[in-house]
Amino acid sequence: METAKRSKALGKEKLERIIEMCIAIETRTADPFTLNIDEIIQVVKQYFPQWKDPEELKLDAETLHHLATVIKLQSEWVKHRSTALYTDPFLLEEKILQMGKQEMVDVFLYAWSPLVEFEQISLNTLTQGLLYWKALAPISDRWKDFDAAEVSNAVASRDELIKQRILGDKEFADEINSYWQELKDCVVKNGQDGKISYWDFIGADTYEQTVQRAFLTTFLVTYGYATLEIDPLEELVFIKPFEQPRTEILKKQLNSVPIAVSFENWLKWKRGELD
Amino acid sequence: MSKKGVYGSKIKKATRMLFYKHHMKPGVKGSELHKVLGSDYPKVLDLLNDYLKPLDLQVKTVFEEEKTPEKPSLDELENARFYVTLRSDSPAKDKLIGWRIDDLAGLAITISYVISKKGQAPRKDVEKMLGEKMPNWKIGLNIDRYIRYGYLEQDDNGQIYLDWRTRAEVDQRALINMLLSSSTQKTENPEQKEEPKEEDE
Repeated sequence: METAKRSKALGKEKLERIIEMCIAIETRTADPFTLNIDEIIQVVKQYFPQWKDPEELKLDAETLHHLATVIKLQSEWVKHRSTALYTDPFLLEEKILQMGKQEMVDVFLYAWSPLVEFEQISLNTLTQGLLYWKALAPISDRWKDFDAAEVSNAVASRDELIKQRILGDKEFADEINSYWQELKDCVVKNGQDGKISYWDFIGADTYEQTVQRAFLTTFLVTYGYATLEIDPLEELVFIKPFEQPRTEILKKQLNSVPIAVSFENWLKWKRGELD
Repeated sequence: MSKKGVYGSKIKKATRMLFYKHHMKPGVKGSELHKVLGSDYPKVLDLLNDYLKPLDLQVKTVFEEEKTPEKPSLDELENARFYVTLRSDSPAKDKLIGWRIDDLAGLAITISYVISKKGQAPRKDVEKMLGEKMPNWKIGLNIDRYIRYGYLEQDDNGQIYLDWRTRAEVDQRALINMLLSSSTQKTENPEQKEEPKEEDE
């Protein structure tokens, strides 16, 4: 009884080791021919009569399944090695290193059939080209819609750029910094717990000014000068300035928060109906 | 028009299509030949091949698949590319066609090496191999030239593969067999054996 138990344990251990080996081959960490299939089949056969429990039979079936996979890999290996183009890379490398330049070229010339192609102009092609040229409208006719007014080169002044709305009144960085300072002052004066209602901060006398302030506020948040706090239940949005700009925010994945700065909302805020 | 006349005219058309480059790459696709010459274009190409044989030229078919089918189907022919090449049995010595012997040897080594590595090899390894017999300054230039001509292609990871021109011009199986069966190194005098004509860039 004791001997049978010991034999069963040994058999299980052997099958587990076979499975491990097969998995190593399947994951290409070992050569498929390191496993002697005949010997393994003998081992599987030897222990098969002892298996009674479903667990033991499952282990046996699993072993056979993995063995089948290894046999398939062995067959693929043989197929690849038997293709005409398969050559042992080391052997070929050795050959190439041994061969002289002339010999290498002689060998290559036997296997090389260079392409033949003509790049010759014919009288017919030239005639076609001339006919096309004759029928082609002058470039002044074809491009007359493209009216590029001639302009002289000159240096644009800062005032001109502001007038054309290419630049703002202030340098953008200065503008953001002073706006951040304004936010901090606002929070001290009218805010609570270091934050202020979004609309109380961006709201201005005119709708245009409000939109412009909302636009600048997006940069305060994006560039890490401030953050938004949203109370989803009360639908309240607060803006909270940081003491120091947090540049690490720029490296993170940012979330977009859509806030409608519509004319209706601005009117509501003006009437005190919007928090 | 008589049958002979029809085929004569089709052979002329096929000659023009195959000899002159119509796109960036030379050669014509089977489907293009079908469109211009009609469904009997394989027969036209066979006749053209017979005409070219005494001139040491041949119509070469390069199939999409690496392996050449024994009896290609119509679909396989439609997708194949047809070229005119020198015949593989033409006298080898006449085939240098203006290449410097060093550059051609470099190409031969590179192609053989890539074939031996199952069609893909890191550029660094190819450079190392060429560095055994080629000055360092020339290695990069030559590999770039082989790539430009369409013999090789390189991916973003610096892996070198065989490109369309190698498939069209080189009998890979013959090259490997010849390499393996070649005898040991012969004594050589490079100065004497080099082709005087410089390759046209």
